[in-house]
Amino acid sequence: MNTPASGSSAAAAVHATAKAGPSGRWLFVAFVAFMVAAPLLGAYPVFLMKVLCFALFACAFNLLIGYVGLLSFGHAMFFGFAAYVSAHSVKEWGFTPELGILTGAATAAVMGLVAGSLAIRRQGIYFAMVTLALAQMVFFFCLQAPFTGGEDGIQAVPRRALFGIIDTKNDWAMYYLVLAIFLAGYVIIHRTIHSPFGQVLKAIRENEPRAISLGYQVDRYKLTAFVLSATLAGVAGATKALVFQLASLTDVAWQMSGEVVLMTLVGGMGTVFGPVVGAAVIISMQNYLSGLGQWVLIVQGMIFVVVVMLFRRGIVGEIAARLRRGA
Amino acid sequence: MFELLGIPPQAFFGQLLLGLINGAFYALLSLGLAVIFGLLNVINFTHGAQYMMGAFGAWMLLNWLGIPFWVSLAAVPILVGASGIVLERLLLRHLYHLDHLYGLLLTFGLALIIEGLYRQQFGSSGQPFVNPIPGGTNLGFMFLPHYRAFIIVFSLVVCLGTWYMIERTKLGSYLRAATERPDLVQAFGVNVPRMITLTYGFGVGLAALAGVLAAPAYQVSPQMGSNLIIVVFAVVVIGGMGSIMGSIITGFGLGVIEGLTKVFYPEASNTVIFVIMVIVLMLKPAGLFGKQK
Repeated sequence: MNTPASGSSAAAAVHATAKAGPSGRWLFVAFVAFMVAAPLLGAYPVFLMKVLCFALFACAFNLLIGYVGLLSFGHAMFFGFAAYVSAHSVKEWGFTPELGILTGAATAAVMGLVAGSLAIRRQGIYFAMVTLALAQMVFFFCLQAPFTGGEDGIQAVPRRALFGIIDTKNDWAMYYLVLAIFLAGYVIIHRTIHSPFGQVLKAIRENEPRAISLGYQVDRYKLTAFVLSATLAGVAGATKALVFQLASLTDVAWQMSGEVVLMTLVGGMGTVFGPVVGAAVIISMQNYLSGLGQWVLIVQGMIFVVVVMLFRRGIVGEIAARLRRGA
Repeated sequence: MFELLGIPPQAFFGQLLLGLINGAFYALLSLGLAVIFGLLNVINFTHGAQYMMGAFGAWMLLNWLGIPFWVSLAAVPILVGASGIVLERLLLRHLYHLDHLYGLLLTFGLALIIEGLYRQQFGSSGQPFVNPIPGGTNLGFMFLPHYRAFIIVFSLVVCLGTWYMIERTKLGSYLRAATERPDLVQAFGVNVPRMITLTYGFGVGLAALAGVLAAPAYQVSPQMGSNLIIVVFAVVVIGGMGSIMGSIITGFGLGVIEGLTKVFYPEASNTVIFVIMVIVLMLKPAGLFGKQK
């Protein structure tokens, strides 16, 4: 490390563009209006729900890489394990959807506390490797534990009534539940980033030694951010399991950790709205290429290479930079 | 002793041998990762894919061109290493001035592309590979297949040779100096960028060599690398990348521990290395041979 600031500046290059500004706010309002009106526009609810679940997952991941400068390569462990827990609790214990999601999220929070307190003992590249290894451990646990159903996963999770009254068997009813969960998560992240706590996180990202010298207990801040990120990733996974009525090994495998990195990178690390765009782009691409076998993997790899080499700011970051230059 | 534990010596020594073989691959791969990281500050996520390319390289040369295993053992690491040099020149080189994470992301993307292409071409199932040294010796307490003995001896020789080259020769002293202060070494007239390129090629070649060695021992399949590389990352976290000898010892040691876990508590054999990583992180966060920065 040549300069003290270079340690966690992955998103620093992007960060200058992260301010949403009036255009960003209008973009978000337009997005919400579109999502609320989606049933009238002839959209396909299952696709939108998938995008929303992954968008929340990517936003949660982005909280770490974009605002604390921590690259977690194991976020699938929170997403996937929470999916298993919510699927199991709803299917076997008869939990209602909101209880199932809360149980999944609480499990992910505890896992985040454990994994986070281990991973923050190492910096930079080691942090990524530690999280990846921990996630792989969770993967093997899920492969062998009896309650996960091994290779089959937990299938045919019933869609029970929300709060015991609202029927979620209807896709559009489920859709509004997912949209509400996504918006709640998004607002929490937005508030976190723009709070004094979020300012300290950014200070840590920009210059950790200086944050320490200013008297901040850096590890405690990192851990809190990690737990919050893990919890929201868990909410996303738990919701996804109820939408698709399925929790499987795919959700907890390392490829899933890679996908969420890709979504965030494509949309723009360190931009509030970028991960949403990234999730929409990557999910659309997967749908489009789903019949073409291994090409999904190859195209994803190529997107990684192209974005890292040429568009490190991602879609939203790049647009924001253009707008600022124009203004 | 074995009767007491209720484990037949055959099973015990068999797993010990398998553990040593796995350890040999861990050592070769983590050694390559450490050498690359030392000079490039890049964690080479493509390492697993390059290991797989080594195995497939030997398979293709044998099945398509009839070139025997022993020629591949020398030729394939050079070919795959050359492909690594191309990657370094075209792509990796442009990321050195950025955060290390971009190197990780780039090599991760490359790993996806390579694995995807091989899966597209060969499918997900494994390809058998003819054992170049069939037969074995009965040692009384266990049966020792010759090829497995060869893997252990050969990889030990390669590991120790690499250690000697880096720690005891003039070339190695340049390398270690460039790891510490590339700017100063450059000022002394050494072509550091070329050294970086060659080092990457060498590390990749080591991965490919491990792949060629693995081809007859395991099945050759496109996902053989990605499964292995995550374990190797854990090995690297446990050992720390500061020391060449540390990588070798950690690699072999963890292989043996994993093998023994298969004997005594098979359910944990997949996870034991990760559990050890957790323990090491709690007790000695910098790793067994690492230096805390």
